[in-house]
Amino acid sequence: MEHVSDKVRVQRGPFDAAAELERVKTASRRIGGVVLFVGVVRDFSQGREVTKILFEHFAGMAETKLAELRDAAISRFGLIDLVIVHRFGELLPGDDIVLIAAAAEHRAAAFDGCAWCIDELKRHVPIWKKEHAPDGAVWVEAHP
Amino acid sequence: MKVTVRYFALLRERIGRESEELDWDDAEPTVGRLRGYLADRAPALGAVLRGGTLLVAVNREYAAADTVLRDGDEVALFPPVTGG
Repeated sequence: MEHVSDKVRVQRGPFDAAAELERVKTASRRIGGVVLFVGVVRDFSQGREVTKILFEHFAGMAETKLAELRDAAISRFGLIDLVIVHRFGELLPGDDIVLIAAAAEHRAAAFDGCAWCIDELKRHVPIWKKEHAPDGAVWVEAHP
Repeated sequence: MKVTVRYFALLRERIGRESEELDWDDAEPTVGRLRGYLADRAPALGAVLRGGTLLVAVNREYAAADTVLRDGDEVALFPPVTGG
């Protein structure tokens, strides 16, 4: 049995989406579907060209909130397994930001659980992004 | 009493530091009173420090204005989160 902390991570380096998917998929033979969401840095945001994004997190609290989010999603949607990984530091357009892999017996729970997770993450997990553009950098204020 | 105050993101940049150890005493030591104290100390940032959008975590749990602080608490102040 893997430790729960493997299931929620905030890390600087890249993640391997295929490996995460495989790991979730093999958690149980009762899994009938996995929904995988990967958030990616865009080169354009709110009318501005984006050259890079700096992600800052509250180490310790971010992981705790992700673990609470994971527990809540599992019980709310009856998920069999759920992995959430978020990166911090400087990321470039095309880089992966966040991964959510939600596994359930049937697709509806997997889709709904995955969508709920990314929405809740954007609202409650202490992570912030500063978008850099050719004319300067701004901290993003809302969650589009 | 002593409290550690931590700042993140835009607030960290505007305050000009990541954290500070405060020696602070108040008859009603709540999160709201501490924010008032910090706002009075730095009038240029008063509106931000008192503002309704700022989030507060005490010992890494979200807290409200009436949350009572104790000696040794860690109080984190930060703007609305924008991860994902």
